[in-house]
Order: sequence, then structure tokens, then C-alpha cells
Amino acid sequence: MMSSLDPVLMSRILTAVTLFVHIVLATIGVGIPVMLALAEWRGIRTGDMHYTLLARRWARGYVITVAVGVVTGTAIGLQLSLLWPTFMRVAGKAIALPLFMETFAFFVEAIFLGIYLYTWDRFKSKYTHLLLLIPVAIGSSASAFFITSMNAFMNQPQGFEWVNGVFTNVNPFIAMMNPATPSKVAHVLASAYTTSAAALASIAAYSLLRGSKHVYFKKALKLTVISTFVFAIATITIGDFSGKFLAKFQPEKLAAMEWHFDTMTEAPLIYGGVLDENNDIKYALKIPYALSILAGNRPNTEVIGLNEFPEDERPPLMIHYFFDLKVTNGVLLVLIPLLYMFRRKLPGKKPYPKWLLIAILALGPSAMVAIWLGWFLAEIGRQPWIVRGYMKVAEAATTSPSVGWMLVLFILLYLVLTVSAVKVLSRLFRNKNAEEELKQLGWDEQGGRES
Amino acid sequence: MSYGLAAIAVLWTFLFGYLIIASIDFGAGFFSFYSVLTGHENKIHNIIQRYLSPVWEVTNVFLIFFVVGLVAFFPDAAYYYGTALLVPGSLATVLLALRGAYYAYNTYGHHKEHNKIYMAVYGATGLLIPAALSTILAISEGGIIYESEGKVGLSWVNFFMNPYTWSVILLALVSVLYISAMFLCYYADRAGDTAAFHVVRGYALMWSGPTIAASLLAFFQINRQNPEHFQSMLNMSWMFIASFVCFLLAVYLVWKRERLGLSFIFVILQFAFAWYGYGRSHLPYILYKQISVNESITNDTMAVAMISAFVLGLLVLIPSLILLLKLFLFNANYVQGEPAKRR
Repeated sequence: MMSSLDPVLMSRILTAVTLFVHIVLATIGVGIPVMLALAEWRGIRTGDMHYTLLARRWARGYVITVAVGVVTGTAIGLQLSLLWPTFMRVAGKAIALPLFMETFAFFVEAIFLGIYLYTWDRFKSKYTHLLLLIPVAIGSSASAFFITSMNAFMNQPQGFEWVNGVFTNVNPFIAMMNPATPSKVAHVLASAYTTSAAALASIAAYSLLRGSKHVYFKKALKLTVISTFVFAIATITIGDFSGKFLAKFQPEKLAAMEWHFDTMTEAPLIYGGVLDENNDIKYALKIPYALSILAGNRPNTEVIGLNEFPEDERPPLMIHYFFDLKVTNGVLLVLIPLLYMFRRKLPGKKPYPKWLLIAILALGPSAMVAIWLGWFLAEIGRQPWIVRGYMKVAEAATTSPSVGWMLVLFILLYLVLTVSAVKVLSRLFRNKNAEEELKQLGWDEQGGRES
Repeated sequence: MSYGLAAIAVLWTFLFGYLIIASIDFGAGFFSFYSVLTGHENKIHNIIQRYLSPVWEVTNVFLIFFVVGLVAFFPDAAYYYGTALLVPGSLATVLLALRGAYYAYNTYGHHKEHNKIYMAVYGATGLLIPAALSTILAISEGGIIYESEGKVGLSWVNFFMNPYTWSVILLALVSVLYISAMFLCYYADRAGDTAAFHVVRGYALMWSGPTIAASLLAFFQINRQNPEHFQSMLNMSWMFIASFVCFLLAVYLVWKRERLGLSFIFVILQFAFAWYGYGRSHLPYILYKQISVNESITNDTMAVAMISAFVLGLLVLIPSLILLLKLFLFNANYVQGEPAKRR
């Protein structure tokens, strides 16, 4: 039964399942070092040991997510060749360089993270330990850059000549620095920082909701929510550049995202809605001129419609919903922190009302969902191509009949890993809660200054 | 030197690094498990944990580096090995994943009792992973991956019925235990832990004989599997003789309990001679008759770019690795478990 399934579809699903798990860990892996640096730096600068403990506790959980991220990263690294041998054989000739360099970047990150975790009290100057985060952050952000530039190439291939199905006369740097790279890399990095800050904000809100009153958690909330706000604004701004990039370089993706069929100026933006059998849009919110403004900053910008493309080269229209939901989540990631910042101006007497804490609790999950949706959008929006204009997904997959069984195997693996990771993480923080630890360390005093 | 040769030399070196570091790790996992079973736990468990903790992450990266480098420099490798090894490659990935994740859960999670499931996963994967990975060397001798009607496949019958496959698996298993025990001798001695040293020295001596026996078996099985390869091995037989001499010196020093650092250097040299002798005689093929270093190498610009990236990468990597080793492996205080509080 399993072996009669289409290897192309099975390979797509298995890759998607692996990345579905890995993208969570990779995002956290890129973003948390920045938050660690913020907290530890603040702790050193102000002498407020609460921030130091914050960094220590985050680091303790972070190492577990990194460990599982190494594992899922190994899986996707091997699956690229196991599931997409033809893609690697052909595209490898043009775009192997960033993939190769990513291993170096990760190597540096892994080495310095190992050192960071084991040397909290080992150096005379506290700044020495903080400085260890610089190579960690550079390593993880460089990893993101290299992998994203490879993905960008799949969308905007350049830097070669295509002769009889082979990439020849290749310039690997021009291939890496394709037009999609800058906006994609910036968006990936900013959204990773946002999501990590949001996830940590959720944890702080959770502790306060459970009834902890300690100022430690309020400091954690302030640092993380304000960081979320700043990073979310950056992410949205960069997202706007991505819209303009798509309009110019990959119009079919933008058109499918926006259900924009006919080329026109003064194009409206469609939010939500359903399509009937004639591709007429119903029940949607239409914002006049907004798509033209998104595409080119002016209402009279011409936006190319989907009807300009042959039917077998149009991306699936469901990506419209991914886009709309993603944007909605992005807006929440700005609005909720804004409510927090103006909480004292709001009606009601409590500085930390329950509804606000619940909203902050939702920040982490909504950021993560936005990451997933953005990734669906990027990948499904490129269909039917794996390398746009040169190779279709169907030509790239393995021909092995066993992919279905491997799919079952890996789903089981990820279930086991996820369930045990959640168990280990929750036990880690429950067995030794922050208030007890502050007492133990003698940092419990208001402001927790070291004597 | 052609680009293909330069590339495979680099990749082979990384795989050699993986062989040594991962063997220490795999063997240590097995000895940990074994020590729990036999009640020697208190004697050697701590020393093993202290070595493994900061180093484990780096191990996997060596393997990934090799795989990514192989398909980057030789895109045909992705096509042949990738298609044929879907099932065994996925199984090895799952084992690596379980090992990595459970190691982290146990080490960084907050409970100190030794979880039996964890110990079993860690001990078992310590043997299963090298067994699984080593079979790729057997496959590379040819006759197991076939191509018909434009499709690549793996002949399971040729794979399992092949005595060479089994001799390679056997060699991998005993080598892992031998390398690991020899390293732990050195490490226990540095830590001044006499009780642990006594136990691991016993392991090291116990596994030294089987290592040579298994090496000889695998050596002569190559003659049956791939006479052409065997002939070119004979042409560079001095490398295998040098390997044997290093083996004798290493075991002699452990036997005499003298200069254990030097002894482990001889272990590294023993495997280096055998590893490069085997690899050199395997050339020009990466997969016998299907992938050769001269024909399957990627285009020149990509090869030059990656070799340059590699050199630049090393300039960053080597100082970082030295720092890591200085702080943990060669720092007497850390090795003896004195200050350097965790967390």
C-alpha cells in the first residue's frame, strides 16, 4: 500500500514535516542569542541580578531547543540528498556554495554556545562571557543567511548558463546574491528575532498569570514585550519591501497571494473572501488602491495579474489565506505590545490585568504561526517550480518507492522528540522555579544587586 | 593536484575527524551503559560525562560537513547515493536523532537519576550508528547500487549476503570500542582518577586484539569484493604496515601505563595510516565504476569557490576549536572537575 504512493508527493510531505519541526527550532536558534545578549548586558550594566538570572534560565532552556534543532537540522541536511537527489545533482552545480558555508557557520555557533553554557563564572570580567554571544549570534544569523540565499535562488535563479539541462558557466556569488536574497534574508532574520522575543514574553506572561507576583517576572515581561514590538515593526517594514520585490520579480506569486487576475493600475487589496467557480471573489474586504500601493507605493502602479501566466505555471490560490492570516498575526504582534506599553492609560486599576496577560501569552504562538504561514506562502507560492523557470518539483524528487514508509518513520520520530522535549522543558522550569532560585542565590532583594 | 583530488582529500580528512571524535563518543556511550549493567558505574560514569558535555554538538557537524561537502563537490553522489540509500540513510538519521536528543534531555534536563530508557538508547545507538554508517564503505566498493532503465536502486540481496559488508560492520564496532577506551585511558589518567583508569585500561587492552583481527579480516575480504582495489592497496602496503606499527606502540604504552597522551597519538596515527591508505587505493572512484573524482567533480568555478570558502572557514574554525579544547579538554582544573561550576 505505502509503496504504491507517488514518491513526489510523499517526498514533498516528508520534507514539509521535517521543516515544520525544524523551522520552529531554527527560528528560536537564530533569535534567542540576541535576547540572551540583551538580558545579560542589562544585568551587567545595571548590576541588577534579576536580568542575569533571566539570561541564565533562558540559556538553560535554549540549549535543549538547540540540541533538538541540531537533530532536525541533520535530518533535513541528509533528506535534501535522500529525497531530492536530482535537484541536488542539477542545482548543486550552481548553489552548493552557501549550503557548504552554512556548515562552517553552524560549527562556529555550536563551539561558542558550548563554551558560553559552561563558563558562567569562569572569567574575571563579566563582559568576557557576554562577548561569547557575539560569535554565537553571528554564526546562527550567518546560517540563516546562507540557507535563505539558497532558497532565494530557487525563486530567482541567476548566475549561470542553462545548456542541455545543466547549469554551466556558473558564478556562485551572483547565484547567491540574486534579487530575492536581500529582502528574504532580512525578513527571515527579523521574524526570527520577533518570534523569539514573543515566545519569551509568553513565558513571562504565563508565570504572572499563574499568580507569581515577583518583580523578576515583571522585568522579564517588559524586556520581552518591548523587544517584540521593535522587532515586529522591523519585520513588517521589511515585509513591505518583499511585496515590492515580488511585484517586480515574481509577479505570479504576488498575484496568486492577492487573487489578482487581471493586470491593472489602481489595484485593490483583497482581504479574506472566497472564490466561486468562475474565480469571482465573494465576501472579501476590498481596500481600494492598496495592492498598487503595496506593489509600488503609488495608486497608479500597474500590478500584473495571474491571467498573464499559463495555467500550469500558476501557484495554488490557497496561498491567499496564508498571506492574509500571516499579516493578521503580524498586526497583532504590534498591537498587543502597544496595549502593554499604554497599559497605565487604559481604564481599570490593575497594572497587569488578566486580559492583557492572556493577550501577551498569545504572542509566542501567533508569531510561530506567522512563521509557518510565511514559509507555506514562500514554498507553495513557488509551485510548480523547484527552481523557478528551470526545474519543476515533479522532476526533482527521488524515484524510490519507499518514501511512504520513511514518512511514517519520521512522523513517529518527531512525535517522540517533541513530546519528550516539552516534558523535559516543563520539568526543567517547574522543578526549580525562578523565585526559589533567586532565594538560593541570595539575589532576592529588590533590584537584586550583588553585595 | 586536480580539484577533484583536493576536494576528496579535504572531505576524507573531515570524515577521519568524525571517525575519531564520534568513536570516542559512541564507545563512551556504550561503556556508560555497560558500567551501569556491571556495577562499575560510580567509577567511570563521571569522567565520561565530563568529557562529553561540551563536545557533543561538534561531533555531528563533522558528519554533516562531509555529507554536504560530498554532494556539493560531487553532485552525482547525491544522485546515486541519495536515491539508493533512502532507507538505510533514513534509519541512520533516526538513530542519530534519538541519540542526540536523548543525550541533551538527560544532560540538560533537570533530574539526576540515570534514566534507564535513556541509558539504553544511548548505549544501543552507540553501536548501531557506526554499524549503519560503516556499511556505506562496503557499498562504495560497487556491485550493490545498480542503475537500470534510468532508475537507481539498492540490491538488498547483494548487500546482506556479502561477507565484506559484515566484515566492515565488525571492524567498525570493535574499532569504536578500542578508540574510545584508549582515549578514556588518557583522559582518566589526566584527571588523576585511578579507579576509572584501571577500568578503562582493561577495556582498552581487551579490545586491542579484536581490532587487529577484524582489520585483517576486512583487508582480505576486499580481495573477494573488489580485486582491483585490493591490488592497489597492496601497492601502498607500507601505509598498512605503518598503521600496524603504530598500533603496537600505542598498546605497549597503555600496557606499561606510560605516556598515555603519546599512546593516543599513536592510536590516531594507526587509524590515519589505514584510513588514508584505504581511501587512496579506492581512488579514483567514490562509488566503484559509477562516481569518480575526475568525472563527477562540479564545475571549476564552483570548486574554486568552495575550496576558498573552506580555507577561510578553517581560519575561523581552527582557533575556535583550539579554544574549546583548551578550555575543556586540556584544562587540568576542568578535567579534574574542580571549579568551572555548571550554569
